[in-house]
Amino acid sequence: MRARGILTVEVLTAIGLIIAPFVLPHLGFAPNTVNRILVWGLFGLGFDILFGYTGLLSFGQSAFYGTGGMVAAWLLTRAGFPNVVAALFIGMIASAAVGYVVGLVALRRTGIYFAMITVAIAEVFYFVEFNPLSAWTGGENGLPGVPTPTFNFGFMKIHFTTGWGLYPFLALCYFVGIVVALRIVRSPVGVVLRAIRENPLRAAAVGHNIHAYKLTAFVIAAAFAGFAGGLLGMMQGFMPPEAFTFDTSGQLVMQTAIGGRGTLFGPLLGATVWLYLQDILQSAFQLGAAWKLVLGLVFVLLVVFLRHGIIGGFKDLAYRLAHKREAEEPQAYMPSLADDGTGDAAPAPATHRVAHASASPAYTGPILQAMGLTKHYGGVIANADIDFSVNQGELRGIIGPNGAGKTTFFKMLTCEVPPTSGRIVFEGRDIAGMSVTDVCQLGLTKSYQVNQLFNRLTVEENITIAALAAIRGKFRLDMLKSLRKIPGLKEHVDRKLALVNLTARRRTPVAQLAYGEKRRLEVGLALASSPALLLLDEPLAGMSPAERVETVKLLKSIAQGRTMIVIDHDMDALFELAERITVLQEGRVLVEGTPDEIKSNAKVQEAYLGGVHGVIDEHEAVPS
Amino acid sequence: MLSWSNFVSQLFNGLALGALLALISSGLTIIYGTLGVLNLAHGAMFMLGGYAGYVAYQATGSFIVAVIAGTLFLAIVGIVMERVVIRHFYHRPHEDQLLVTFGLAIVFVEAVRFFFGSQTQSVPPPSLFTGITSLGFMVYPTYRLAVVGIVAVALVVLFIVLYRTRLGMIVRAGIEDSVMVDSLGINVDRVFMIVFGIGAMAAGFAGIVNAPVVALTPDVGEAILVQTFVVVVIGGVGSFPGAVIGGIVAGEIISLTSMIDPGYAYVMLFAAMTLVLMVRPQGLLGLRGRE
Repeated sequence: MRARGILTVEVLTAIGLIIAPFVLPHLGFAPNTVNRILVWGLFGLGFDILFGYTGLLSFGQSAFYGTGGMVAAWLLTRAGFPNVVAALFIGMIASAAVGYVVGLVALRRTGIYFAMITVAIAEVFYFVEFNPLSAWTGGENGLPGVPTPTFNFGFMKIHFTTGWGLYPFLALCYFVGIVVALRIVRSPVGVVLRAIRENPLRAAAVGHNIHAYKLTAFVIAAAFAGFAGGLLGMMQGFMPPEAFTFDTSGQLVMQTAIGGRGTLFGPLLGATVWLYLQDILQSAFQLGAAWKLVLGLVFVLLVVFLRHGIIGGFKDLAYRLAHKREAEEPQAYMPSLADDGTGDAAPAPATHRVAHASASPAYTGPILQAMGLTKHYGGVIANADIDFSVNQGELRGIIGPNGAGKTTFFKMLTCEVPPTSGRIVFEGRDIAGMSVTDVCQLGLTKSYQVNQLFNRLTVEENITIAALAAIRGKFRLDMLKSLRKIPGLKEHVDRKLALVNLTARRRTPVAQLAYGEKRRLEVGLALASSPALLLLDEPLAGMSPAERVETVKLLKSIAQGRTMIVIDHDMDALFELAERITVLQEGRVLVEGTPDEIKSNAKVQEAYLGGVHGVIDEHEAVPS
Repeated sequence: MLSWSNFVSQLFNGLALGALLALISSGLTIIYGTLGVLNLAHGAMFMLGGYAGYVAYQATGSFIVAVIAGTLFLAIVGIVMERVVIRHFYHRPHEDQLLVTFGLAIVFVEAVRFFFGSQTQSVPPPSLFTGITSLGFMVYPTYRLAVVGIVAVALVVLFIVLYRTRLGMIVRAGIEDSVMVDSLGINVDRVFMIVFGIGAMAAGFAGIVNAPVVALTPDVGEAILVQTFVVVVIGGVGSFPGAVIGGIVAGEIISLTSMIDPGYAYVMLFAAMTLVLMVRPQGLLGLRGRE
């Protein structure tokens, strides 16, 4: 039933596109304005996937818009290529290829660097179009004479002309575009892209190759831009060199922000507002060139006061009016896995690594060994010469005073930071120097001391993100596949949700969870990676006594059939949970032994109590 | 065409452009380093400085007054902009900061277009520096030589402010660790305002000093903004020496490539940026891990 609920978006779009030519003229829209809105909207679909979904703000989309448009226009006007639609697709492919190469450079950095680099790259394209390549692109004159498409079905011939005569073709292109874009954002790839937007570090840590996914989003955006650029030339009968200007990129960014990023329809709505106001301000208000000043001011006010654009504003309004939780939810198009699952609940046990959880029998030695592990930060020695070994199925506790180097030790084990020297052997394989993503894919992951969640997504989506890495591997391009078609995903997510006792909260956005629930979700994310060895960094930190009791119970149940290493300051809990305990002090292993040995060890008492000899406080020592 | 004097004169052109880029970029990079905001309106501020100076020159006929007016006007614009808009964005995502400063850039450019039109305006160089100077083996426009000197002085002043004053120490400490500075009981709020004002002043000063060299149009800031981005990427974000070195490198690349074929100036600039990104992603003098 929910699947149908999702298809309604497509149906409503189709209806809207069909009735638009009958309604919009009465509102003062010229046919060419409507056509331009569609081209901008299509251009924006890809950009919104890049910016709204993946969180990468590019100011250089003009490069791909212009490239796609120029390639298509060149084929049709200079090369005598006959088929308009094929030319559009070739332009799109060329643009995607260029996007791949540019992405390799631009994605070396993130954030503001990424924005600056894309601006610079787009400027290069502009100059290259004007000068070195002017023999092909017509330089500042552009390429005139781009034809509109004709379809010959034998029995009838459809020729699209201009104005409303071209509208059906553009509307069809937009419709196909939105269908593809919706599939992408609802696919596993779409979920990972949102994970990257919310928390790239965690997305990498749960086992996704985020660089490859970012590049994918970049290429998708370039492909949409290239196709839209081809349509631009066709629509105007002339491919303008202005497509390459910084203004083009800027207008796209502003339209998307005005309409609402992360909605797919934002760019279309933003283009409608922008172009409509431009027409009105220029003609009705006789503002001449000042229209852009007015729109600039409107844009600044909008960014200041309406963070998520017009669509976001309506969502907030609806939320306030309704006071219901539903309004928060549609942020994502991800269908809830909970609902029916009637479709194909193919129980085929997932491909990748899920089997790991039930301890692989092939390798029998210690699951993890660290030898001479050392980490220096400049002159500060965080860890010195640590030898450490954990057996299959063991539950190991690590304690130590603040600053003993526990977290650094974990970071090295999961390859978040490289050791200064020493070896780490996981299941017989030396993993030192591997990436955190690869190590997670091998079956070693951790939960964080400070929550690293995907905050604007729901509990279920959070778990799904980690589960997808376990089931699909670190990178897979199944971007047209529905989440529901992933074999074993629903069962996997349900199981992990139940394990951390969050089944009832599956639809709740993380931001609305209580602290204890967030902590459990933090552990749940690590669990959903189906690790062979799970590291927990202070799972009890900051919890109330009641929450602690509950979480200790939870940890006990998780420990069944798993190998775990737990850092915590709560000694009661660790003495109760762990079979063996390692004590770190000042970056070194102080002692190692059973909880009873540790309790009565003089060195440990000294480390904690600063040289006061005697028995650890009863309260600390006696397991409750 | 590739004569020796031509080469040297392009070398000087590159130095003049580079010094200018260094000055504008250092404003951009100090603002980003301290406040964490990448100011996309920085190019528009450069343009505003030129126009403010132009207005002052029209009114008084004095180039000195024009320079002072352009610089002070931008200091005011910067401070007002920080108080009214920017400071509400410190805790919002980078994307929102980029969007709002981009919007402000458009407002600045279009407002100037509204009042002055799109046609070019010109400010003549001061009488002291008109004409050409003979350097023995070649002749070179006097004012362009003067620009190198003037901007060098400005950079030295900026250096003294940053490295020899209490404010500069706070600013540099803020670039390293703004949370720590805040917790040391320093009024970061006021420092932020001053830093934004100084950055804007640098852009405005560069704008009016450069006005006699190029034709002044509302769009003059856009090209400069792109070039300063490349400078900052090459030099490393938040690094004043990086901005100076990056600026001169970028200026020389643009000017020496233009000597052979101006169409490739940006291609070469971009190639240099790519090379830096490949070899040293944090920039020549940037610190690793600062993003």
